[in-house]
Amino acid sequence: MSDAAHAHDDHGHHAHPTGIMRWLTTTNHKDIGSLYLFFALFMLFVAGSMALLIRAELFQPGLQLVHPDFFNQLTTMHGLIMIFGVIMPAFSGFANWQVPLMLGAPDMAFPRMNNWAFWLLPVAGFFLLVSFWLPGGAVAGGWTMYPPLFIQGGISYDLTILAVHIMGLSSIMGSINIITTILNMRAPGLTLMKMPLFVWTWLITAYLLIATMPVLAGAVTMLLTDRNFGTHFFNAAGGGDPVMFQHIFWFFAHPEVYILILPAFGIVSQVIPTFARKPLFGYASMVYATASIAVLSFIVWAHHMFTVGMPVTAQLFFMFSTMLIAVPTGVKVFNWVATMWKGSMTFETPMLFAIAFVCLFTIGGFSGLVLAIAPVDIQLHDTYYVVAHFHYVLVSGALFAIFAGLYYWLPKWTGHMYNETLGKWHFWLSVIGMNIVFFPMHFLGLAGMPRRIPDYALQFTEFNQIATVGAFIFGFSQLILLTVVLKAIKGGEKATTQVWEGAEGLEWTVPSPAPYHTFETAPVVK
Amino acid sequence: MSLAQTDKYFLPQPSLWPIIGSAALFLMAVGGVMVMREIDHGGWILLAGLGVMIFMMIGWFSEVIRDSEAGRFNRQVDSSFRWSMSWFIFSEVMFFAAFFGALFYTRMLSVPWLGESDTMEQLWPAFKATWPTAGPGLTADGFQFTPMGAWGLPAINTLLLLTSGVTVTWAHWGLKKSNRSQLILGLAMTVALGVTFIGLQAYEYHHAYTEMGLTLGAGVYGATFFMLTGFHGFHVLVGTIMLIVMLLRSIAGHFTAEHHFAFEAVSWYWHFVDVVWVLLFILVYWLI
Amino acid sequence: MKSMWKQAGVVGAAILAASQSALAEYGYNLQVPASKVAQDVFQLHNFIMLVCLGIFVVVFGAMFYSLLKHRKSVGHKAANFHENTTVELVWTVIPFIVLMGMAYPAAKVVIDMKDTSNPDMTIKITGYQWKWGYDYLNDDVSFYSTLSTPREQITGAAAKGEHYLLEVDEPMVVPIGKRVRLLITANDVLHAWWVPALGAKQDAIPGFIRDIWFKADKIGTFRGQCVELCGKDHGFMPIVVEVVSEEDYKAWVAKKKGGAQVAAADNTKTFDTAELISRGEKVYQANCAACHQANGMGLPGAFPAISGSAIATGPIDAHINIILNGKPGTAMAAFASQLSDADIAAVVTYQRNAWDNKMGDAAQPAAIASARGGAAEAAAPAAQ
Ligand code: HEA
Ligand code: HEA
Ligand code: HEC
Ligand code: CUA
Ligand SMILES: [Cu+2]
Repeated sequence: MSDAAHAHDDHGHHAHPTGIMRWLTTTNHKDIGSLYLFFALFMLFVAGSMALLIRAELFQPGLQLVHPDFFNQLTTMHGLIMIFGVIMPAFSGFANWQVPLMLGAPDMAFPRMNNWAFWLLPVAGFFLLVSFWLPGGAVAGGWTMYPPLFIQGGISYDLTILAVHIMGLSSIMGSINIITTILNMRAPGLTLMKMPLFVWTWLITAYLLIATMPVLAGAVTMLLTDRNFGTHFFNAAGGGDPVMFQHIFWFFAHPEVYILILPAFGIVSQVIPTFARKPLFGYASMVYATASIAVLSFIVWAHHMFTVGMPVTAQLFFMFSTMLIAVPTGVKVFNWVATMWKGSMTFETPMLFAIAFVCLFTIGGFSGLVLAIAPVDIQLHDTYYVVAHFHYVLVSGALFAIFAGLYYWLPKWTGHMYNETLGKWHFWLSVIGMNIVFFPMHFLGLAGMPRRIPDYALQFTEFNQIATVGAFIFGFSQLILLTVVLKAIKGGEKATTQVWEGAEGLEWTVPSPAPYHTFETAPVVK
Repeated sequence: MSLAQTDKYFLPQPSLWPIIGSAALFLMAVGGVMVMREIDHGGWILLAGLGVMIFMMIGWFSEVIRDSEAGRFNRQVDSSFRWSMSWFIFSEVMFFAAFFGALFYTRMLSVPWLGESDTMEQLWPAFKATWPTAGPGLTADGFQFTPMGAWGLPAINTLLLLTSGVTVTWAHWGLKKSNRSQLILGLAMTVALGVTFIGLQAYEYHHAYTEMGLTLGAGVYGATFFMLTGFHGFHVLVGTIMLIVMLLRSIAGHFTAEHHFAFEAVSWYWHFVDVVWVLLFILVYWLI
Repeated sequence: MKSMWKQAGVVGAAILAASQSALAEYGYNLQVPASKVAQDVFQLHNFIMLVCLGIFVVVFGAMFYSLLKHRKSVGHKAANFHENTTVELVWTVIPFIVLMGMAYPAAKVVIDMKDTSNPDMTIKITGYQWKWGYDYLNDDVSFYSTLSTPREQITGAAAKGEHYLLEVDEPMVVPIGKRVRLLITANDVLHAWWVPALGAKQDAIPGFIRDIWFKADKIGTFRGQCVELCGKDHGFMPIVVEVVSEEDYKAWVAKKKGGAQVAAADNTKTFDTAELISRGEKVYQANCAACHQANGMGLPGAFPAISGSAIATGPIDAHINIILNGKPGTAMAAFASQLSDADIAAVVTYQRNAWDNKMGDAAQPAAIASARGGAAEAAAPAAQ
């Protein structure tokens, strides 16, 4: 299998552009992966700064720093950018780097389309950010874009709709590329049921993306025509229904939350076996669980809408189907714990983040389950309890898994070991900070604090103050992450080919850093 | 090209086309927003964007055609194309699903809700929930329109599209038998049928707007009618353009009996557009 | 080993169960219920929480045990097992059974919550940007309810009162022990009506009525908020419900009806301009200042200035028209059904004479009444 490493960097017969043109025109999956990751990192700081401003305003009751309308803009853009500009691009970055390496493929199936899928994102990102400076400011209707509020806004609302279209286009092209690569470019002998779990989760994620992104595009297109071309999709006077938007939106957006977590499951399923020095427990059931989650995700959407006043049968159906998702997710959690069981564990930074992921994601999963119980959700809907729930699954879930994957593969990508001491600091400050921000939000929600408000009643003061302190700890500890990444790119201890003692898979058979072109002739997997 | 080259997976060189495509979308979005917000010169920016987009498509596709003609696409690449085209069509199916979903929802749920119990009594007195409708508010204001019947132009259009599905398949048979004149004739007929379809559709829209009071603003009926048939019509247009390109490439002799995925992709797409139309015909025109 | 962890879990859960209601008092749990539905939800939540906590303790007990014992640094050698169908089946089936145990009581509460039949009284509630309108359908009482916290408290210029942001000028009043059915809708965008202690929450959807019910079993004042993002002042449209005895409720209804007659009389009066301006200023501050600002300057890009506006300094009919009918597709709502003729006359007069607008003219209630007659026609063009 060491033949796989016979990759050459001496591609003399074509002139490759250099400088900025190299990045603009690149068709190399590693370059494109890096672009995605840098974009995501940058956007993390942008959207994170918005979160810090939100938290600063909420430090005390009363209006101190921002105007209520600007507060809503911050909330909306924070949500939109974190989801579409941070987590999704970061996972695409991982896919671009890792899927060809893990499959023994020379590149992605469609390198030019791969480039385009990335270079659409800066366009959309620019539209989102520039709208802060347009008349009326950025969109302030929540990342969920519910009409009729979304119909009322000004120019930035139209621009945001088009930005969503462009991001959707990017995701669809990226996903078609990834699916095709996985289905058609595996090294000889690498059957589907031998693929690394990260590849499996991305295969299913790409399927979800292709199935739901066009639905989102349809939904926002209807918003656009309701705003500008006189249609009445969401207006009762014309026979439409504002709630119809919610149904179409959540038909997209519930699978979307699994798009945001399945690749995370994949990363964690690579990291834990490596540092437990023991094969992943229940590989097959992991694959089946992932697929079940994907299938179920299409029939649970209305759990976001328990308070719209659905017929009682619908309420019951969506409650039961939502609860069912706990079963396959539980299988995953149990399998991870069983992988650690009787292993020989060491605790480098990737492993620390993976362990924190398993534990804290489960807390988020449990609060999700509490929300799935319709009568309880009717109390908690649109309160900070929901905010607590989704930050546990998104921050300590998706984001922590991204951190884990970053530390795990950084040596392979840069050829240098990252600074372990800084990594540990980053980990501990993040875990502690994260819990200080988001745990008290459960209590706020239970006690009745609505979300998306710039000011609150006095009884909510203490928990908000705690959360704000935590947010600043968590936010500023991300500067350590930035330092670690930049340092590893610049230099540091040389990484070996295998990097981690327990690491297995094709990517650990090529040198570190992985050469510009790998697997020009396919390795054979036995 | 040597044999060794075809063993390897084809990896294209760095390309400028994608970033040009991004620039095009940038201009189109900015121009589009300006047009919608009635800001001066938006139309020009939109047109410029469209121009860049067309330039990019011509450039990019020519490059792909050159790669194909140079024999750089081996069997594995061909199979990648097949996968990707299938997934692309699946994404299109889901796009239409959103609008069919809206039709289902308004027809089966929201319109009936508007005409019953408290909602009707408190908010829309006297509203009768029927389909087609322009909705309680517009109806109360005296808005009226005539719905589009199925058995005039729409039925003819159905016939046209179904026939075009046959002609494109016939052309494909010709290609597989290396019968070029059958290929070219089949394609030409398909293009002609597509163009006729678009013409009739345009006539139908004109009639709807000028004589039937049926517009985009005619409540949910008008909205779903025009969005569904409009997006379908747009797909027919794109499909026809692609068929024309295939016709030109057939005349230029690009396709061989073994190697002609571009042609197949277009015919898949055409069949998909066909199936959508049949659904439209049944659900939008017929069952009102 | 496993069973030890389980025992610890059970003990922990029991301690927590005992302290659940105490936790509610301290803001760690749902608010203290004041209706049966809220009580049911409270218990359901505790039950689900405890089950989750139990599972958490077991699973992560095992994980942390493993983290301690199965580490390389204590010399543990890795085993090599990687599947076991029985175990995997067990931990698929057990959660499923646990979930069924949760689903059953939850379904019972859902069915009870959704049953709005046989009400003792019905109130229609309408959400506006940014206030609530209440119509008592059985008692013929109607009023609007807006935030009464003074602006100075919000900006920090004055000390904040006890019920900061959760106080209104006109609370909703209901008798104790009656099944109250609420018909909830909205006028402009989505809102949601929520009083936690009563366990009642429902989105307010423009164009549709959705109903819920509650039966308060405690006398007292219960506070809630709008919980669906509805624009700039979403955080500033609280809800206050006063649950009173049957007699107090009757007295309140009588008082309300008296007030309504006085207000109706105003619509036939003729006022002098100074009266209109001072009344108009109050109407403006209560209804318009949220968008157009107290200084009449609006917010550039979102809400136009009234000071110097072409409409407020143009023909008076157009000015009256935009207030009566609003402007479809923008945040400017139709105020025809929200404000009385006298109030609209007052606010028009105020706007035409405040700030830089020195029109010197005035509108009388009678002019509004006649403009209303034409309102139906004026709204018709919106149809195309
Ligand atoms: C990564 C993203 C992510 C993930 C993975 C999840 C996972 C889940 N979510 Fe969450 N959710 C969001 C992101 C996510 N969610 C977001 C962003 C929102 C808010 C959107 C908005 O309004 O802005 C939201 C909102 C949301 C709501 C609506 C709340 C409201 O607005 O009123 C609900 C209600 O049912 C819900 C439920 C669930 C459930 C049941 C799961 C399940 O998948 C969780 C399953 C996991 C477990 C249960 C833990 C592990 C299992 C075991 C250890 C087995 C044993 C367990 C038992 C037998 C109980 N979520
Ligand atoms: C993956 C998604 C994701 C992530 C990672 C986060 C991260 C954070 N989020 Fe959240 N959030 C959402 C997704 C996410 N969020 C969504 C979807 C919503 C709902 C939106 C809606 O209601 O529509 C939401 C809403 C939301 C709210 C509710 C707002 C409201 O309802 O009004 C709050 C409040 O505290 C909050 C806080 C935070 C905090 C403190 C973080 C922290 O983790 C952030 C940490 C900070 C950083 C990482 C930045 C570090 C920056 C610096 C150190 C400054 C240096 C600056 C430069 C170099 C430029 N978020
Ligand atoms: C929810 C926000 C909101 C509230 C509350 C509101 N308005 Fe407006 N108003 C608007 C908006 C937005 C416009 C601009 C509409 C447009 O695009 O032309 C507007 C326009 C106007 C105009 C026309 C100004 C011009 O020159 O174009 C007048 C006059 C006016 N409003 C009066 C009032 C009065 C009187 C009230 C209170 C009784 C009020 N508004 C309450 C949002 C509001
Ligand atoms: Cu009304 Cu929020
Ligand atoms: Cu969901």
